[in-house]
Amino acid sequence: MSPPGDDDFDLDALKDAVADATPRPDPAVRAAHLRLAQENFDRLQGSRDPSRLTAEAPNAGAWPGVRRMLNAITTRGRLTATTALVACGLLLTPAGQDLWRPAPGVLGGPQTPELVLQPDPAAPPAPEAQTQTQTHAEADDAADAPVVAMEPSPADEAAPEAAPRGRMPEAEAAEESLADVAPPPPAVAPAPQVMQRVAPPGGAAMTTAPQADGDAVAGLVAPAPEMAPPPRPDTEPFANEAPNPVKITVEEPVSTFSIDVDTASWAIVRNSLTRGQLPPRDAVRVEEMVNYFPYDYPAPDADADTPFRPTVTVFETPWNTDTQLVRIGLQGEMPAVAERPPLNLVFLIDTSGSMEDPSKLPLLKQSFRLMLDNLRPEDEVAIVTYAGSAGLALPATPAGERSTILAALDRLAAGGSTNGQGGLEQAYRVAEEMAAEGEVSRVILATDGDFNVGVSEPGGLTEYVERQRDSGTYLSVLGFGRGNLDDAVMQALAQNGNGTAAYIDTLNEAQKVLVDQLTGALFPIAGDVKVQVEWNPAEVAEYRLIGYETRALRREDFNNDAVDAGELGAGHSVTALYEVTPVGSPARLSDPLRYQPEQVAGAEGELGFLRLRWKAPGEDVSRLMETPIGEAVTAPDTEAAFAAAIAGFGQLLRGSDYLGDWGYDEAIALANANRGEDPFGYRTEAVQLMRLAQSLTR
Amino acid sequence: MLMDTTDESLARAAAGGDRAAFAALLERHYDRLFRLAFRLTGSRAEAEDLTQDVCAALPAKLASFRGAAKVTTWLWRVMVNAAHDRRRRRTVHAKAAEGWGDWELNRRAGNDEAAARTDWLMAALGRLPDDLRDTLALILDDLTHAEAGEVLGISEGTVSWRVSEAKKRLKRMKEEEQA
Repeated sequence: MSPPGDDDFDLDALKDAVADATPRPDPAVRAAHLRLAQENFDRLQGSRDPSRLTAEAPNAGAWPGVRRMLNAITTRGRLTATTALVACGLLLTPAGQDLWRPAPGVLGGPQTPELVLQPDPAAPPAPEAQTQTQTHAEADDAADAPVVAMEPSPADEAAPEAAPRGRMPEAEAAEESLADVAPPPPAVAPAPQVMQRVAPPGGAAMTTAPQADGDAVAGLVAPAPEMAPPPRPDTEPFANEAPNPVKITVEEPVSTFSIDVDTASWAIVRNSLTRGQLPPRDAVRVEEMVNYFPYDYPAPDADADTPFRPTVTVFETPWNTDTQLVRIGLQGEMPAVAERPPLNLVFLIDTSGSMEDPSKLPLLKQSFRLMLDNLRPEDEVAIVTYAGSAGLALPATPAGERSTILAALDRLAAGGSTNGQGGLEQAYRVAEEMAAEGEVSRVILATDGDFNVGVSEPGGLTEYVERQRDSGTYLSVLGFGRGNLDDAVMQALAQNGNGTAAYIDTLNEAQKVLVDQLTGALFPIAGDVKVQVEWNPAEVAEYRLIGYETRALRREDFNNDAVDAGELGAGHSVTALYEVTPVGSPARLSDPLRYQPEQVAGAEGELGFLRLRWKAPGEDVSRLMETPIGEAVTAPDTEAAFAAAIAGFGQLLRGSDYLGDWGYDEAIALANANRGEDPFGYRTEAVQLMRLAQSLTR
Repeated sequence: MLMDTTDESLARAAAGGDRAAFAALLERHYDRLFRLAFRLTGSRAEAEDLTQDVCAALPAKLASFRGAAKVTTWLWRVMVNAAHDRRRRRTVHAKAAEGWGDWELNRRAGNDEAAARTDWLMAALGRLPDDLRDTLALILDDLTHAEAGEVLGISEGTVSWRVSEAKKRLKRMKEEEQA
């Protein structure tokens, strides 16, 4: 690149250059931003657009709203807080909660927004709103003071101001303004604004609560992770990390990660899309989306001494002709099902009040019924429930006694708050009692959200699960419903419990998780499976692991058997994709260094070297398998191409920078052409979801 | 209808709670906001984050719109302030400089002279101190020196000085490059 040749520096050239370099806004991002702005606008007005209501919006939970409101009150520390707390107190009772429910009888129909609007001091038509606006304007030198009091949720507005209005006897004006509409129950009046919050579908971190220090920063609501205030950014925390960056082989030739056979992310993405919203970016874990689908990889030979077989393929990257995708597929063996050891299953079922929703407890019951049909008479089942207190709903019962089990299942009813720890302890105790030599014990936790009561630190909970794992009882987590789904805790528990986390939103998904893949989910054939690839700098200039952000391991962890990693279940397959840039490719993003040795010693003809470590079930010492990755670029088979399409889809949803012009059209075409046999229709569904996402980003 | 309304009346209506007015106002100016965000940050990703910050905060900030300035002036000011906040936060968090440093990554393929020239100019722009670059970003967006001064909260004279200082520095960089 040469500097411009002109003698004098003219701004016009700079102007042209800048105009040339300035990109057009991405339509999807643009739409998301406009939507976010509109939602914040609506929230500020204390109103919401009824047409956007969805039956189970992920923000419907009453608890988080109350938490936010309490936070707001403490941070503001206004005198009125005491009054507001009185109003809140009503909410915290079960009866108060019921009042919140859509309750057509109380606040029904289309007039709801008006009712809600009236007591809101910021409501547009009310004269005092204007006054307030002006006071604001005068007190605040327009936009000069960096951002002032962006009210992230109406809770902040409504709690200190609306509540006293509604409650205090001297607030006669408020009473009057309520007089011409149907009077709602007084205690309820201030509250709907608090609850009827429309969360931006764009992301968890967008609705940050104000920070106490009054920092100007607090006003801006940004998605940057460091911006998220200490408590909880939204009702559904998602576990995720920033997407893996491109690594330069010379500098960091070794990439290490743990396998991940979870599928929760795909189900959450599907649930969001079918509700007409793009999933929060953090909910998208690309590897879980890819691994949701069964792939037809060659199974290990019967006499092989490894319980799985790696398949490595190199093919051209769909979104970049100058790079290649390296697909590493592991196929677990399918031991003869007839020989499987007896199972001890403890269902740990969350029966807190929030589970009373068709997509939660009722779906859970149906799901378990499906599963029951696939158990053997010699398997044993127990049910532990937890709500305010933990209880044994069904003592260990042979799976053959179907009617006893079904009756116990039917008796389950939702009510009370959640004591995750108490339930977990009891479930493990029951599992311990059931355990016998040669049997497999597993606790299956079914919940819709967080474990609030009891142990407040998720760390304490995961440590507990970890200790139990070492004693031989594994834990799987099934998530139900949306609203306060705590994906982060689910992930942490399942990863530490050597189990899988799955999210069940439909009976079809229950079928997949609990019936079709039951064996794999419950019988591990290899534990702590770690993957390490050493890339050959003579062949690969740069590489990037797609997904697995939450599963990254340090290089030295690979050989450290004390470091936990993912389990491979019977018949499971795991897929990992690397995008590699060959040496000399124009797609290379970094320039070669001038002062470093030009040529690095490395075997020609090998892209890299794949190492796998795993432990046989019950063993403490890992085994190692090594195989070179050849450089031969092949045409992708159906399985590889479909995995690439899904990986591309995941990256589109995450807003990746690496895809260039490649978009939904290409992803859909690629996935559609590579659906293969698709006996269960999973891939067809994926194509439909891609089309849905495409129309939502337009 | 709404599209024929002036910015000012839209902003007043929006401040009064008219959601359609707010939507129309933002729709009308989003692209320019994004463009400015890009010029303040130097990368698409940063610009998107910054625009999102502004979009999220705008409804609340609307209350502070007094109608004394043009809506666009006010909007640019919100954007520039948000960019300042963001930079400050970045220093606080000791995060490696993103954005301008990434310009190398964003370079388009193709080796023709115009592209090389653009690359050089953008890289040079990235090496200017923040205040000079912010000022240039506004001037290059066709604001007068007076308008830019109003946005930045500085006098017109200071804007002119900054522009000439920026030109001087850019010229020096060019000479160094050629030498």
